[in-house]
Amino acid sequence: MRNDFRARNHPAWWAFLVHRLSGLALSLFLPFHFWALGQALQGEARLDTLLRWTQQPLVKFAEAGLVLLLAAHLAGGLRLLALEFLPWRGWQKSLLAWAAGAALAVGLAFALVL
Amino acid sequence: MSGAAQGYAAGTAAARGANAKFETWLWIAQRASAAVLALCVLVHLATIIYAVHHSLSGAAILARTRGNVGALAFYTLYVLAIAVHAPIGLRALCQEWLGWRSASLNWVIGALALALFVFGLRAGAAVFVG
Repeated sequence: MRNDFRARNHPAWWAFLVHRLSGLALSLFLPFHFWALGQALQGEARLDTLLRWTQQPLVKFAEAGLVLLLAAHLAGGLRLLALEFLPWRGWQKSLLAWAAGAALAVGLAFALVL
Repeated sequence: MSGAAQGYAAGTAAARGANAKFETWLWIAQRASAAVLALCVLVHLATIIYAVHHSLSGAAILARTRGNVGALAFYTLYVLAIAVHAPIGLRALCQEWLGWRSASLNWVIGALALALFVFGLRAGAAVFVG
């Protein structure tokens, strides 16, 4: 079979794409995250300025997105580890749904306390 | 086969062997760091939700973190796992999506891993040491 849309129109391919894109986005975010934490070197006031900046609706929305991406990457990664290291069991077929559900639950848990 | 050709064939076979060994080590490092990160990210997500729920100020956050040796040790392990895991993932992405497979990629990825580790430790020092 050619590697065209038929090979890609499958839940496992979408899981791969979500895992890769969430990993890319998290990697791009990391330097900004470390920079933000490093602001504490300049004292509590500087950190508070940064925390106030994060109260903007658009920043909060982006934060919720990042939490969702982190949860999705974690859940997708646990699925991969289970597939690679545990003996095959029928329930592993439903790991995709569990991973998606767990990621959404964490994303909502963060979003709802915003 | 001439002596030179035999030498070349042996050389490329050795290079392939070394390359396969390197790829195997990267695969192991990626999975081992993933296992560590699974625990670290769970703790991180719980901490994020707790901190947001309690609307912690900068002072309140630093009061909880500064001087906390256990948290610093946990964070250092977290940063180390990130510095191993993220660059290896980006390397696969560069190879498969950008077609970047030359040796220069390994140097860039190595430099990225080192930069992430150092920058992450600096952030940890800011939050946990002060």
